[in-house]
Amino acid sequence: MTGKQILSEKEIAEIKAVFKHFPVKSAACIEGLKIVQKYHHWVSDEALKELAAILEMSVDAVDSVATYYNLIFRKPVGRHVILVCNSVSCYIMGYNEIITFLQQKLGIEYGETSEDDRFTLLSVPCLGDCDHAPVLIIDDDLHGNLTPDKLEKILDSYK
Amino acid sequence: MEKPLTEHIKSDGTWLSLKEYEKTGGYRALRKALSMEPKAVTKLVLDSGLKGRGGAGFPTGKKWGMVPMGKDAHYPKYFVVNADEMEPGSFKDRWLLETNPHQIIEGAIIGAFAIEANFSYIFLRWAYHKAAKAITHALQEVYEAGYLGKDIMGSGFDLEMSLHISVGRYICGEETALLNALEGKRALPRAKPPYPVVSGLFGKPTIVNNVETIANVSHILAKGADWFLKLSKSEGAGGTKLYGASGHVKNPGLWELPLGTTLREILEVHAGGMQDGYSFKGVLPGGGSTDFLIEEHLDTPMDFESVQKVGSRMGTGTIIVLDDKTCPIGMLRSLEHFFAHESCGWCTPCREGLPWTAKLLDAIDDGRGKMKDLEILEFQTKYMAPGNTFCALAPGAMEPLQSALKYFRADFEKHIHEQKCPWKS
Ligand SMILES: Cc1cc2nc3c(=O)[nH]c(=O)nc-3n(C[C@H](O)[C@H](O)[C@H](O)COP(=O)(O)O)c2cc1C
Ligand code: SF4
Ligand code: FES
Repeated sequence: MTGKQILSEKEIAEIKAVFKHFPVKSAACIEGLKIVQKYHHWVSDEALKELAAILEMSVDAVDSVATYYNLIFRKPVGRHVILVCNSVSCYIMGYNEIITFLQQKLGIEYGETSEDDRFTLLSVPCLGDCDHAPVLIIDDDLHGNLTPDKLEKILDSYK
Repeated sequence: MEKPLTEHIKSDGTWLSLKEYEKTGGYRALRKALSMEPKAVTKLVLDSGLKGRGGAGFPTGKKWGMVPMGKDAHYPKYFVVNADEMEPGSFKDRWLLETNPHQIIEGAIIGAFAIEANFSYIFLRWAYHKAAKAITHALQEVYEAGYLGKDIMGSGFDLEMSLHISVGRYICGEETALLNALEGKRALPRAKPPYPVVSGLFGKPTIVNNVETIANVSHILAKGADWFLKLSKSEGAGGTKLYGASGHVKNPGLWELPLGTTLREILEVHAGGMQDGYSFKGVLPGGGSTDFLIEEHLDTPMDFESVQKVGSRMGTGTIIVLDDKTCPIGMLRSLEHFFAHESCGWCTPCREGLPWTAKLLDAIDDGRGKMKDLEILEFQTKYMAPGNTFCALAPGAMEPLQSALKYFRADFEKHIHEQKCPWKS
């Protein structure tokens, strides 16, 4: 490995703190990926290598876990991640209108990041808020009972 | 009407602190349990007729009773709370987690004591940020009070409990896949047998129970099995049930009602009936992986046996309502794309069959369908029937499809004959 270390001492300590909850180090793999993502917003190849070393796992093994889960990002994302529920109750309650509005307004499709790096658009399964469908999450905030008008105002609050 | 699970929920939506929870009688049931023999706790839960609220309705006391006990058992044993809740259309566990986390933690400590587990995990789905805060805070309070850790309440029983927040994927809710996820691996289901009760987390005896199941436990300890049985309108099964409704009903939401309340009462009285301008066409009674029911089934009591008798499953008890203005093929299309996307890819029928199914529905909905496609869809429902796949995900995916082919056949045929979706102008 060449170049600068990606993971800070603080991150490494946080990852190692997970070990005490489990009988084997590799059980901290998912938590470790989440910690890396918390600080870097995504998991780069270099960060993944360093994490594998801490977990005493092979790089491939860690990557196979990282690529399995929906919410570990192996590509950079924008400043805000929009996760749109595309499941059944939201479908019934107007998902199509919401996604059409978002794609037009931001000029991006699912999996893409807006040119100004402000938003990444992703779909997710049911967010467990079906009585307020249609629903989406921006960063950690849940927004329900959406209409295009309401969503327009919501988007404005994420700079 | 008694509502043990939800009566103390605060109207402002904030969660009950430890102090507030103890004022409602909280952690007294734990004290009582710790004074009993572990096996007697399990017996009480068995006698209460508590059945798993995660979807399958397996008797909880029976499951606990299958865990090897005593000196010859393998230790440490584990007690896991399944708070993954990703079944489309389900939103009941979230309410319990966000509003009264101590009710779940107390239930889990009692459950762990009953099976002599010294480690417990709450496996929470990533999207539940508020629930994560509530549980984190509650766990801290419980440790400070000495209800977790070493020698709980002077009983000699030790238990460590921690929160694991998942990173997505529906299959994590399947209990053996969940165990792999907890071990830091890809969440692939495991072969059964051996069942987790014998060989679960890290190869040790493990119980996995749903959030709502666990939420009932302290109340059973406090008030007894007979009281619990009487809460329900159904023979042999105890308790209340959280029922929900989403779709174009007047008042979508969640209600704690006696187990066995009819579909009609839930939809007409509690959900307020259909919104103006919409009429009722059918329901998925318990989440995306249950069979459609229609008008003629509305007087069915929502309990495990009764719903099964009319050809569906109570599942999570959160009802998805289909109206006349929504295309059933479009609804199925959304569902089958979900299942295809969430397939873990481990076994061939599911990995290949679900995307194929989704594509056929795309074609029919987009006006490119052929009558032969309906035969292929029928074939898929047999090909992915229970027993033909490694886990229950694919058979679950076939439930809404097989029932739609039965009840909404005319709508499929109309799409194919007109070569367009009649709901799209
Ligand atoms: C694909 C799939 C997803 C599941 N998701 C969940 C879930 O999110 N939450 C849950 O409690 N049970 C879920 N289950 C059921 C669990 O495997 C298990 O039966 C349940 O957690 C047992 O708890 P109970 O006996 O208290 O119901 C799922 C099952 C399958 C096949
Ligand atoms: S049925 Fe689907 S989800 Fe279950 S093991 Fe097979 S591929 Fe995986
Ligand atoms: S279907 Fe969208 S929140 Fe449940």
